[in-house]
Amino acid sequence: MMDRKRILITGVGGQGNLLAARLLGHAAITMDIPVRISEVHGMAQRGGVVESAVMLGGIESPIISRGQADVLLSFEPLETLRSLNKCSSKSTVITNTRPIVPFTVKLGQAEYPEMDEWFSFMEKNFARFHAIDADAMAREAGTAKAVNVVMLGALIGTGILPFSRAVMEETIKNVVKPKFVDANIKALGLGAEAVQ
Amino acid sequence: MHPLLKYCSGERRLLLGNEAVVRGLLEAGCGVAAAYPGTPSSEIGNNLFFIAQEEDSPIYFEFSTNEKVAMEVAAAAAASGVRSFTCMKHVGMNVASDVMMTLAYIGVKGGMVIFVADDPSMHSSQNEQDSRIFARFANLPMLEPSSPQEMKDMTIEAFEISEALELPVIVRSTTRTSHVSGPVIMGDRCQDVKRRGRFQKELFRWVPVPAVARQRHKWLLEQVDRAEDMAVSSGFNRVEGNGPRAILCSGVSVSHVRDAVNDLGVHDRVRLVVMGFPLPFPKRFVMDALEGVEKVLVVEELEPVMEEQLRLMLDDAEMDLPVFGKASGDLPRLYEFQPTDVARVVAKFTDEDFSEPVLPDLSGMPDLPMRPPTMCKGCPHRETYNNVKEALKQLGIEENTIYPSDIGCYTLALLPPIKMADYLTCMGSSVGTSAGFSAATDQKVVSFIGDSTFFHSGLSPLASAVHNKHNFCLVILDNSTTAMTGQQPHPGIWLKPPGFDKPTISIEDVVKAMGVKNFVRINPYKKQEAVAALKEILSMDGVCVVLSEAPCVLYKKRVSGGRKK
Repeated sequence: MMDRKRILITGVGGQGNLLAARLLGHAAITMDIPVRISEVHGMAQRGGVVESAVMLGGIESPIISRGQADVLLSFEPLETLRSLNKCSSKSTVITNTRPIVPFTVKLGQAEYPEMDEWFSFMEKNFARFHAIDADAMAREAGTAKAVNVVMLGALIGTGILPFSRAVMEETIKNVVKPKFVDANIKALGLGAEAVQ
Repeated sequence: MHPLLKYCSGERRLLLGNEAVVRGLLEAGCGVAAAYPGTPSSEIGNNLFFIAQEEDSPIYFEFSTNEKVAMEVAAAAAASGVRSFTCMKHVGMNVASDVMMTLAYIGVKGGMVIFVADDPSMHSSQNEQDSRIFARFANLPMLEPSSPQEMKDMTIEAFEISEALELPVIVRSTTRTSHVSGPVIMGDRCQDVKRRGRFQKELFRWVPVPAVARQRHKWLLEQVDRAEDMAVSSGFNRVEGNGPRAILCSGVSVSHVRDAVNDLGVHDRVRLVVMGFPLPFPKRFVMDALEGVEKVLVVEELEPVMEEQLRLMLDDAEMDLPVFGKASGDLPRLYEFQPTDVARVVAKFTDEDFSEPVLPDLSGMPDLPMRPPTMCKGCPHRETYNNVKEALKQLGIEENTIYPSDIGCYTLALLPPIKMADYLTCMGSSVGTSAGFSAATDQKVVSFIGDSTFFHSGLSPLASAVHNKHNFCLVILDNSTTAMTGQQPHPGIWLKPPGFDKPTISIEDVVKAMGVKNFVRINPYKKQEAVAALKEILSMDGVCVVLSEAPCVLYKKRVSGGRKK
């Protein structure tokens, strides 16, 4: 049986967070790996933070608390920072570098943190760290909406999970609408190559 | 075809807890279902709604105007021998409780399952009341699944229990059981669903006048004893392991405890007493499960329901077994549990060291900008609020106005810069509390209610307010859908999805028929006209109603077939 892994996926409403989690879930079922996914629904989806957690290898509790995440996969840099306390020094952190500026910042009520400093902090303080411009890669793949799949590609590319690219590609073919399949498979590949 | 109809027996699929409940209904042969949406139960109604639209659907489903009506629909179906179902969020059970408390006396013929989803930590609710207390209050049996597979299995078994006892059975989840996906193994879909039954009149059963109710209450208490016997022998209550210390748990806490025991490696020190059928509290089962143990830890979110039952039982048996949980201060009555908090308590209970995870030093972290939920781009509610604010400003009474609010996306008007939601308790409370503010203060009262909420709980207080000659202006925010819970229909919708052929009840006709003389309809996007009309009606006395009509932008996009570029 594979190691037990807690993967926290975070981002902002509209980035396809839940689909990314479900793709991992479907792949796990294909590979006969025990899986449980928890999702955030309801008010939190309206422009707010969206978090999902994917538990692999027999973990049952659907919540990741302080220091418990083995992997943080974050679609937005501010949200990476917000979730850092869910990681321990042993964690892998994979983040998109493209900010989505909250309206509280646009209204002048708060400041968007200086991310470059924090990226070096993460580089130094976590077992593994990757920062990629997933938005650019998604556009290169043919659809700006594929940020989630680029990030998933990066996760697969690290080799932390026992999922091959082929399994993920197969899962994408089964789950994603046919006309988006090609772009998504390209997005997966770009993400995977970006961390190698 | 809807995927939940398609899956074959033996197939293993990734299902959301709430989807697993729906599959359970299809396998159990449920014939009639009704609900009012409410997070975290909403996906159940949504899936049933789409399934019921299929040709040759095996199930009748309706979105009723509120949880009470939905439970009445299901109750009558079950009285006619048809398996029936209703679901709701925890606060929906307050609305349905008027039916439920007496339905327990008269009982059912066909199996009836009441599904309730609690929301510890209040992810999307106004309180975190514990529905298990309702099960005790109504004397109804309750099952508590802890995984998507159990969501399906227990839904099916609940029908069997219901028919054996002739009582409705409650299945209770929490947010973390309803909104968790995991593999579920399909069973056979019921091929001969009883969609129609026949109601047999029984003079001394179905009409609980006092003479009948006195008999039926006695019957109910006898059924509670039988239900406890069923819980004692139920496979949903089980013991895992045979260590000398017992941990009693139910629902999502089972998962936290299992993980903690695994992570700590203390299997040989504990036995888990998993309570899938916790109410009525199966005393003989628990007594057997605790045979020879040194001490007990009870891990349950919110109220100490099992813990109190356990203490009573031990007291009656004059057993001096130490019980840890909420009374001992080990676990809180507040919020959902965090797995590490449970692990820490399990470690202490098993005399094991708990090693806290090592985090990098995050003390340099600045205050991070928040992303509070907001009304969507182009949302008509925002325009309505701005227009009302402008009209009140021009009239010079903005500072002296109270804004009773209601349940929906528009509750977000409490946030700056709008700040026009001052008081709220529950569905429909905007109207009833407006009457109270009008009776008790000299302040201007302008209240807000959504269209779906108006049909849910706004009609009766509006009639009361007109009759009692109160003084307030009610703004009905009509976006033609139940927006917040995912765009479910209600009786007032005028913008309809293709193929939706149910009639529209005009809110204007309803309001006028109730005797409201001061009425105006506005288009919130036409600012000048709207503000002028609002200024006029906000200067009037009596019960005034503004109908602000414009579709929810997300719903409009969906109904028109999506992408608009």
